[in-house]
Amino acid sequence: MLHIVNKSPFQNDSFISCMAHAAESSTVLLIEDGVFAALKGSNVADHLSKAKVIALQSDVSARGIDANLAEGVELVDYAGFVDLVADNESVQSWV
Amino acid sequence: MKFSIQVNEGPYQHQSADSAYNFVKAALEKGHEIFRVFFYHDGVNNGTRLASPPQDDRNVQQRWSDLAKEHELDLVICVAAAQRRGIVDDGEAERNGKDATNIMDGFRISGLGQLIEAGIQADRLVVFGD
Amino acid sequence: MSEIKKFVYVNRKAPYGTVYALESLEVVLIGAAFDQDVRLIFMDDGVFQIKKDQNTEGSGLKNFSPTYNALGDYDVNKIYVEKESLEARGLTLDDLMDLTYEDEDDDWAEKSSISLVSADEIRDLMEDSDVVLSF
Repeated sequence: MLHIVNKSPFQNDSFISCMAHAAESSTVLLIEDGVFAALKGSNVADHLSKAKVIALQSDVSARGIDANLAEGVELVDYAGFVDLVADNESVQSWV
Repeated sequence: MKFSIQVNEGPYQHQSADSAYNFVKAALEKGHEIFRVFFYHDGVNNGTRLASPPQDDRNVQQRWSDLAKEHELDLVICVAAAQRRGIVDDGEAERNGKDATNIMDGFRISGLGQLIEAGIQADRLVVFGD
Repeated sequence: MSEIKKFVYVNRKAPYGTVYALESLEVVLIGAAFDQDVRLIFMDDGVFQIKKDQNTEGSGLKNFSPTYNALGDYDVNKIYVEKESLEARGLTLDDLMDLTYEDEDDDWAEKSSISLVSADEIRDLMEDSDVVLSF
């Protein structure tokens, strides 16, 4: 299953709630302000290990945090985003 | 594969309309089918033709309209949400006695059932919102 | 439409502060006509949507909470409330509206539509879904 988080974890509990409910086998895609959850050394970084976490490259770059990402966070472009949706049988947006 | 998209936020205020647009474009480029894009909540504001964004910024509403024309997309605005927010086509203007319309070319206004149908008919439904 | 899909409505937002709860409920009511397998999840601030004693007289807002009582009549009777979300907010099931339905397979006995479930069970419900509608 694919989970999509678009909220900054520093303003909203969507990311924390998502990580608390995502199965280990699921993938979490960070888009929009959700990419801030991928920051290295943040106070929510511990949660990144609970599932496979991927961030949307263009939203990372727009916010200037390419060099600040935690290890293990993969990046995809929009084509990769489409592939993730196609490869997972259901998709939940944590709006 | 067949995708349906739900857009819950208006243009400019929130990035979700941009994310949805970029996703739809990428899906089409990869050869997927977009069964329907359904605009709900403030997302109905993606369908006004009366916006005039600055020249150096993207035109979110026009961009949807152009993409719809190019790929024969079904862009559906929820009627209940549209009535609350004043997105009006000819039919709505007549029914509700409004003196103008503002719907953008390429969009149509219809019921919430279209969202459920989009979820049933498509292989995947992706929600973009706040 | 031959295929029956599992629709899960994930309600994570409080009512009134934003319009999402009201417009989500409108989708659920319309969607009930489509004969799909419908489940509603109330978690995080979404549990406030079905809080008892909502009174909007002083605010000028439309009180739509009575509409949740009608869900049973629409055969929407699989309502899951997350235990952890209630506890985090100092609430219990007694703070929520009594949402019920009449069970046609059990001589129309009136039964509660609400199941109190854990975060793990919520995860399983999400994993078991075909279409997740979130507002």
